[in-house]
Amino acid sequence: MANTAVQHDDHADHKPEGFFNRWVFTTNHKDIGTLYLVFSLVMFLIGGSMALVIRAELFQPGLQLVDPAFFNQMTTMHALVMIFGAVMPAFVGLANWMVPLMIGAPDMALPRMNNWSFWILPFAFTLLLSTLVSPGGGPAGGWTLYPPLSLQGGSNMAFVIFAIHLMGISSIMGAINIIATILNMRAPGVDLLKMPVFVWTWLITAFLLIAVMPVLAGAVTMLLTDKFFATSFFNAAGGGDPVMFQHIFWFFGHPEVYIMILPAFGIVSEIIPTFARKPLFGYQAMVYATASIAFLSFIVWAHHMFTVGMPLGGELFFMYATMLIAVPTGVKVFNWVSTMWQGSMTFETPMLFAIGFVIMFTIGGFSGLMLAIVPADFQYHDTYFVVAHFHYVLVTGAIFAIMAGVYYWLPKWTGQMYNETLGKWHFWLSTIFVNLLFFPQHFLGLAGMPRRIPDYNVAFADFNFWSSIGGFGFGLSQLLLVYIIVRCCLLKKGAKAEARSWEGARGLEWTLPSPAPHHTFTTPPTIRNSDLAHGDVTH
Amino acid sequence: MAHSLAYANPEPWQLNLSPGVTQTAENAYHAHMLVLWICVAIGVVVFGAMAISMVKFRKSKGAVPATWSHNTVAELIWTVVPVLLLIAMAWPATRYLIAQYDTSESEMTVKVTGYQWMWRYEYLGEDVGFTSRLDRESERIRQSGITPTLADNPNYLLDVDNALVLPTDTKIRFVITADDVIHAWWVPALGWKQDAIPGVINEAWTEIRQPGVYRGQCAELCGKDHGFMPIVVKAVPKAEYQNWLVAQKSGDTAAAARIASVAAVVGDEG
Repeated sequence: MANTAVQHDDHADHKPEGFFNRWVFTTNHKDIGTLYLVFSLVMFLIGGSMALVIRAELFQPGLQLVDPAFFNQMTTMHALVMIFGAVMPAFVGLANWMVPLMIGAPDMALPRMNNWSFWILPFAFTLLLSTLVSPGGGPAGGWTLYPPLSLQGGSNMAFVIFAIHLMGISSIMGAINIIATILNMRAPGVDLLKMPVFVWTWLITAFLLIAVMPVLAGAVTMLLTDKFFATSFFNAAGGGDPVMFQHIFWFFGHPEVYIMILPAFGIVSEIIPTFARKPLFGYQAMVYATASIAFLSFIVWAHHMFTVGMPLGGELFFMYATMLIAVPTGVKVFNWVSTMWQGSMTFETPMLFAIGFVIMFTIGGFSGLMLAIVPADFQYHDTYFVVAHFHYVLVTGAIFAIMAGVYYWLPKWTGQMYNETLGKWHFWLSTIFVNLLFFPQHFLGLAGMPRRIPDYNVAFADFNFWSSIGGFGFGLSQLLLVYIIVRCCLLKKGAKAEARSWEGARGLEWTLPSPAPHHTFTTPPTIRNSDLAHGDVTH
Repeated sequence: MAHSLAYANPEPWQLNLSPGVTQTAENAYHAHMLVLWICVAIGVVVFGAMAISMVKFRKSKGAVPATWSHNTVAELIWTVVPVLLLIAMAWPATRYLIAQYDTSESEMTVKVTGYQWMWRYEYLGEDVGFTSRLDRESERIRQSGITPTLADNPNYLLDVDNALVLPTDTKIRFVITADDVIHAWWVPALGWKQDAIPGVINEAWTEIRQPGVYRGQCAELCGKDHGFMPIVVKAVPKAEYQNWLVAQKSGDTAAAARIASVAAVVGDEG
């Protein structure tokens, strides 16, 4: 412990006095991380409630509960809330908490900008959600906002676009902070190719964010001017092209989905070696594979548009490029499995979620490969087969990885172990219900059920019934997560956590006390290679 | 003959794509099955290795962890083999796609226009055209909030007032557009869909091998009644199609309606 930089006086753990000073004016990466994570949990529950409205209507054929226009608002808002309010902020929260700890830095490079990156979000989402209760209603053209449909609503579209701009600014500022921190503030000895994989995945994700959030901003600004200022970017009658929106949107949109999965790859790459008690297999391959995936993510966007009427050459290019992403992604999956092979595993909750991620993300990857095959995609596109694919990669993928990370690092954040029995219940209930929810949707898509419809032919009723049961089960299971967190963090019930909270854990964060003091590494630690998970320079 | 008509409607508990009634649909089905089986094989290997690990390499069983973290041969194999598998899938997919784009030597052209919320069909050069909207029975049920049943309402939301009548064994070219927002025209049995975009004309073709009734739906979110603008194709032998065309042009609505009727076709209900 001689190389930790915790001050011996309690100044290191001295938190600001007063609620406002502590939480509204914070510049501390740990508190900002907590803010992001709490915000993300609230948004997850809100987005989840919208999904339950959808599944409630789809429980039976016939239109019993909501009218089609409101149903479309629910599908649109569910996606916007989950993508921009739940998944992305959760990953940023984990980055804020863990990146400085993992590299031996005292905080993020730009702590005041960090505060602003967070506090923009509650305002942005108040604006977005307010459209649901104001005249004209919320956006109802899908989260992908394709014109001309997205321009058919009322003036509330302006609020949606403004909210998206705010979220984009938050993400860009956060990404700048991450890059500046990782490149400039690593403690001596934390070389780039010794950094934890979670730090690598966030470094690469930050570059993706800076590259594509401005593109989204451009696309929605063109929607704004088409709607309010008589431009014709996407209006054929004025000389524009509706398809151009799709190209611009998906040039953002495809890297966006990698933004939502690369940090998940990083989390899982931290957890599996810990609980297998064995080093991560192929560290350098993991880094290079992540970089390859990020590069490829820029040249595949039109696979979201295969039925739009692109020329044959374009379709073939995008088919081949999309199929290629399977190679580095496969390498990562094989490396996780190889880490498990000949390990000595225990199956605490973080490991359960991480293993569940590897299996179920791979299933989502398989349906993704199927979607890449254009002649087949002409049958899958805009059906529930696509819905099944992206929910497997985003829910059993990204969300399960986030939960894994929360369970894994909660002892470090709070000094408390969560209740392991309850954690396992949460995992198994979530896993059973999430598969009941989404697996039948593959069959619905193959049988011909389109997306974004509030009602369907009776032949689709059976799988929709079970999917809805799964939806309600999965939703209720998340209340258990809320209880686990409240019990552990607020009620402080449970065992105290050690500095090295997990036997096989390696990395700088585990050299600090649990809970980590408010200020850590205020002087750079002296790094021994054995403190780092990848300190062995030969591997 | 009856088996291909059996999938003209979706089936309860249907698990898989149907091979359909055109070469394009059959190609889509084969491309799908090839990639599916390859994924199953990879899944067996990967999930099998994980299952073995989770049983054998447990601390509770006294497993001692290995210390290796590299194996260059393995890494080479699992990079090269996937590339070979991808080529094996891309090769037929490329052939199928080239065929799907070849609209040359079509024998007739149908113009499809998407509206909020119905379709319009025009037989170019024949001066025949009509709109096709959700049938009244489906409309009644969905406005009333009652729950339809398979026995009483087998074609709920998959039925229209005027079906698109087409001849079998004829290469038919489609030109597809829209009047307001983006829609998409899709009949699973034909094997493809294309977006209907205002200001853009997309092109597609089909050749239907089997007479029958084939049902589909709009496949691009187009507003509140996106789920309520289905498509019904009635494919009839060439001679019967000619009779229908003549009846349409001469205003013999009774004769036309008889040929275009989609009620109680053999095998339609599957």
